[in-house]
Amino acid sequence: MQHSVSIRDLSLNFGNVKVLETLNLDIEQGEFIVLLGPSGCGKSTLLNCIAGLLDVSAGQIFINGKNVTWEEPKDRGIGMVFQSYALYPQMTVERNLSFGLRVAGMKKEEIERRVARAAEILQIQPLLGRKPANLSGGQRQRVAIGRALVRDVDVFLFDEPLSNLDAKLRSDLRVEIKRLHARLKNTMIYVTHDQIEALTLADRIAIMKNGVIQQLADPHTIYNKPVNLYVAGFIGSPSMNFIEGTLDGSSFTAEDGTAIPVATYDFADKSKAAGKAVLGVRPEHILLGEEAARMPYNAEVEIEIVEPMGSDTLAWTKIAGRPVTFRAASDVHLEAGQKLVVGFDPARGSFFSSDTTERL
Amino acid sequence: MSQTATMAGSAPDTSVGVEPRGPRPKPFFTPTKIIIYSVLVFFTLYFLFPLYVMVVTSFKTMPEIRFGNIFAFPNQINFDAWIKAWTSACTGLTCEGLSPGFWNSVKITIPSTIVSIFIAAVNGYALINWRFKGSELFFAILIFGSFIPYQVFLYPLVMITREMGIFGTLQAVIIVHTIFGMPILTLLFRNYFGSLPQELFKAARVDGAGFWRIFFEIMLPMSLPIFVVALILQVTGIWNDFLFGVVFAGTKNLPMTVQLNNIVNSAQGTPEYNVNMAATVLTGLVPLIIYFVSGKLFVRGVAAGAVKG
Repeated sequence: MQHSVSIRDLSLNFGNVKVLETLNLDIEQGEFIVLLGPSGCGKSTLLNCIAGLLDVSAGQIFINGKNVTWEEPKDRGIGMVFQSYALYPQMTVERNLSFGLRVAGMKKEEIERRVARAAEILQIQPLLGRKPANLSGGQRQRVAIGRALVRDVDVFLFDEPLSNLDAKLRSDLRVEIKRLHARLKNTMIYVTHDQIEALTLADRIAIMKNGVIQQLADPHTIYNKPVNLYVAGFIGSPSMNFIEGTLDGSSFTAEDGTAIPVATYDFADKSKAAGKAVLGVRPEHILLGEEAARMPYNAEVEIEIVEPMGSDTLAWTKIAGRPVTFRAASDVHLEAGQKLVVGFDPARGSFFSSDTTERL
Repeated sequence: MSQTATMAGSAPDTSVGVEPRGPRPKPFFTPTKIIIYSVLVFFTLYFLFPLYVMVVTSFKTMPEIRFGNIFAFPNQINFDAWIKAWTSACTGLTCEGLSPGFWNSVKITIPSTIVSIFIAAVNGYALINWRFKGSELFFAILIFGSFIPYQVFLYPLVMITREMGIFGTLQAVIIVHTIFGMPILTLLFRNYFGSLPQELFKAARVDGAGFWRIFFEIMLPMSLPIFVVALILQVTGIWNDFLFGVVFAGTKNLPMTVQLNNIVNSAQGTPEYNVNMAATVLTGLVPLIIYFVSGKLFVRGVAAGAVKG
């Protein structure tokens, strides 16, 4: 089956600044891809290139097998949703939805049918006669999605669509976008800097840094087997704990001399598993009490700070001389100064080479 | 509890005798306010006084003016000077008053304003939204044009319009006004369009709209404030223009300002001060009305166009 969107050796420079560098990406039909990265990593630029709003410096873009590198945005079969909604302020919701269709010179009945369908899917029928100024943020974003919907396109592009909404609306609309994808089964490319959005929505996540895709994988792999230190540190909140030290075949020695057995860890290439390295452990993989005693590594530690989060509790302590956070169920009583045994299995963690920052 | 709290709170204020509560009192007669208002009143009077003298004089008869009390109110309101200024004052060789000049000015101002604003709006829109190679340089050159004194262009423009065969016609003045309105108006529109969200433009492009469609259906409906600013700038500027009118319009189309000059600076006979005053007020009336009608929008638009430089 042909790819829905294919990007071949795409580069984009603004003067001397390289924003995207020989980037390759294949997106399957009906896939939900999230481009995730900090601001300035080139993710929105990449989306604008796919939309045809920016001219590329080198490379090609294919949509449904057709080379659209030189095509106008309207001829690419894409619909786009913007962060600021970008609704035309002087037009009613109905006119906003139908603008693209009217530009295309479509028949009136067909326009009405499509607007009605989009309004039904997004449940904005009562709003059709209103102007954008009289809508709430969530309603505006729904209309913006509707504007992409009526065009009956193959590929949806979302440019941080939820970033202007408050936290509650954001999680509501997030679910709705997921529902929309389940119903429409279109290809969707979604740009965000919010890792929760990325993890919850994506079939695959592309983590970007400085115009280069660091890792492209499903959320589970991204979370549990990050390919390098950057991805490991970027994904996860609170972020992964890092302990620096030296690897030698069978054990990992932290900088303060603490030895951590690594026999259970599945190295990609055992011969390279030597020298300076960083061990990464997620806070929820550090266990307490009896469970900790059964782990390959355990130690008694003193709790420094406790942060109750409602659903669980976050505690700060030190392991092998490094500040470490771990997560405990909210019904476990923890307090500062308390001493207890914690432990983890390095197999659930990740080792990274200190030199290359790559996963070992 | 509350008793002790208020006691503690009011203790240092016992000399004043009022316990602070609710909105802080804002006395009107503070030193700052007195200074501000005195200065404002002074300058208001300073600028209104000449206007007062003009209006009062225009309603007097010549004998009353010769009497000398220029600040006095007229004995009797007399419209003769106004009628003469409008219908029969001598402007050079003809004695038809200002009315032909008024209509000439209308004929010059309306098309010049419309053409210059339209072209500048398209310019500004293209420069900010459809950037092309060298668009920044183009803009810089355009702005540089506004720093060169008009007089430098005068002779070349006379030659050009003569070669085009339109020297001494309405078209010539309209073209000249359009050219000289371009730098400042383009700057105004470019900055205004630049302050509109870029994503609107992108959304319209994804929707398939082209250059003109985006301009007319998306940008223009959002641009009322800046159009009002441009309108005021152009109407007052062109209406008050003397130089281009006297050079390019030809004797048949001389604008009101030129005819006013001919009345006031006439070397023949005794100067009729009341007619001069009436003619001057008549000439200044159009820009004045424009300011009054659109003052609020003007301020809003200037602010909107100036935010990003």
